[in-house]
Amino acid sequence: MAQQDNLVVVKDLARHFVLGKDQVLKAVDGVSFAIRRGETFGLVGESGCGKSTLGRTIIGLYDCTKGSVEFDGKDMKDYKSAAERAELSQRMQMIFQDPYTSLNPRMKVMDIVAEGIDNHHLAKNNAERTKMVIQLLEAVGLNEGHANRYPHEFSGGQRQRVGIARALSVNPDFVIADEPISALDVSIQAQVVNLLKNLQKTRNLTYLFIAHDLSMVKYISDRIGVMYLGNMVELATSQELFDKPLHPYTQALLSAIPLPDPKVERERSRIVLEGSVSSPINLPNNCRFCTRCKYCTEQCRKEVPPLREVEPGHFVACHMIK
Amino acid sequence: MSEKKKLLEVKDMYVSIHTDSGVVQAVRGVSFDLYEVETLAIVGESGSGKSITNKAIMGLLPIGGRIDSGTVLLGGKDITHYTEKQMRDVRGAEISMIFQDPLTSLNPTMTVGKQITEMLMLHKPGMTKEQRKERAIELLGMVGIPNPTERFDQYPHQFSGGMRQRVMISIALACEPKILIADEPTTALDVTIQAQILDLMKELQKKINTSIIIITHNLGVVASVADRVLVMYGGKFAEVGDLDEVFYDMKHPYTKGLMESIPILHSEDQDLYSIPGSPPDLVKPPVGCPFAPRCNECLKVCKLYPPKTHSFSEKHMATCWLYDERVKGAK
Repeated sequence: MAQQDNLVVVKDLARHFVLGKDQVLKAVDGVSFAIRRGETFGLVGESGCGKSTLGRTIIGLYDCTKGSVEFDGKDMKDYKSAAERAELSQRMQMIFQDPYTSLNPRMKVMDIVAEGIDNHHLAKNNAERTKMVIQLLEAVGLNEGHANRYPHEFSGGQRQRVGIARALSVNPDFVIADEPISALDVSIQAQVVNLLKNLQKTRNLTYLFIAHDLSMVKYISDRIGVMYLGNMVELATSQELFDKPLHPYTQALLSAIPLPDPKVERERSRIVLEGSVSSPINLPNNCRFCTRCKYCTEQCRKEVPPLREVEPGHFVACHMIK
Repeated sequence: MSEKKKLLEVKDMYVSIHTDSGVVQAVRGVSFDLYEVETLAIVGESGSGKSITNKAIMGLLPIGGRIDSGTVLLGGKDITHYTEKQMRDVRGAEISMIFQDPLTSLNPTMTVGKQITEMLMLHKPGMTKEQRKERAIELLGMVGIPNPTERFDQYPHQFSGGMRQRVMISIALACEPKILIADEPTTALDVTIQAQILDLMKELQKKINTSIIIITHNLGVVASVADRVLVMYGGKFAEVGDLDEVFYDMKHPYTKGLMESIPILHSEDQDLYSIPGSPPDLVKPPVGCPFAPRCNECLKVCKLYPPKTHSFSEKHMATCWLYDERVKGAK
């Protein structure tokens, strides 16, 4: 790939929550990476690792404590005027995890999907607005008849489709999907993932796909970042990450996924992690994984390992990997 | 394998739930057996009736729910029409249950130790207070909780999700029940914690010879713990068989679809298979096969008449028209 065409550049981003006197929760603590135009960047990690906070900070739902986010070559803070803010909100959209709480129960699907169109004055008149909504509904696998119904009349998978149609209504370039399939049944998950993939092709979308289901993330993503307690510990192409995980945490995470194949399951041995994730409140400045890592040394307990490129395109934050 | 004793027999169970929006026919004719020291996985989507079947066994149906017909035999005894008082002696002592969400199923106002000793107090009246405490601490240690003596006096909020699930398991196993029903025990947990809990369940099963019914929608979990698998769809059972039979020689189109719709970790890029449509509404259950509207091998007869169950081996059965003598060659 030529010198990358980055759509989103995240530099040393941090988001801290002050919980009270002397208590700081460092949900995201110094994360840097870039998302290329047209790719799907997967973000994985266990609950509490800061992956959702990172997504929300990138889109501006949370202010960042430190660092910066560049969107299309320009720092997000420099989108200042009303017109620039509007441009930003039109170009970035988000799909939420829970399709039950992210749609207003008192609005019809037509108005839910059209809200973005109205805010950005994308339709000249009512007829055009209706036409746009119907086109969007058809693009996500629903139909005209669904437009005049309320969210409670839909199943979980259909609601998620409405959420996707709403995000796409303003023709965004960049979509953050925060656990878009976790609340859905297995057979419906595949439908939604296929839909997201097809829409990406037809509409040139760039995705940040946040999830904890690694097999689905592997399937949809071009590159994957693994997070642990507010830090990014490994970043590589999805094939590389699954074939050659380097960070001890990534290795344990991958080996913990139960595979739907009884023969493989009987033969394989797991790397079982001892203990659980330490509390994210008042973290010391060291390798966040050192309490559970079997390779842990004195250096790990004292210094935060930087994210280094150990092979072309493969980044890892670990003192033990040279 | 030699003849194993049947611990639990469920025969032709029908369960309906009366709600404001109509009568939900949640379970429609489900039969299965559970043998000694085995793990049976029940797989299905939400609304397939997998949880309701097990709640019916335990006598824990929600308000408005009732068993319309069918029998539940526990070690040969018919417990279908046990009164609430009789069921209390069964629950915990003979059949225990652990739930998906360990936070909401533990009492937040009671110490963990008290919740374990409560179980012993109910079912082991001969024990003294000291013996109960000793046993509770032993149980906490057995499920892998560090410093059990200190942890005994702590409250559920002081435990992490995985630790809470361990506490749940220790309560469920306090009286060494013959059957443990685990309803989505790892769904709320992270993968690394999930691996720990599954290992723990396997280890404890060996130690105290319990049979486990695990209800899950995660086929990876099934492959790693189950001996036999029961696949449910639309309140009926679609397929049942040994783990390998169901994973490598599946007969029902729904099982096939389910297997194909999960991405395999080390596979080439291709479009993911997805089952079109969504599950049936059980207020008005379809007359024929419940899966017919989504099935890619659907025949005319599938939508009109319910299919019969066909056997492929001693344990492997599927409910599908495709294997009926009368439709052979009709495709």
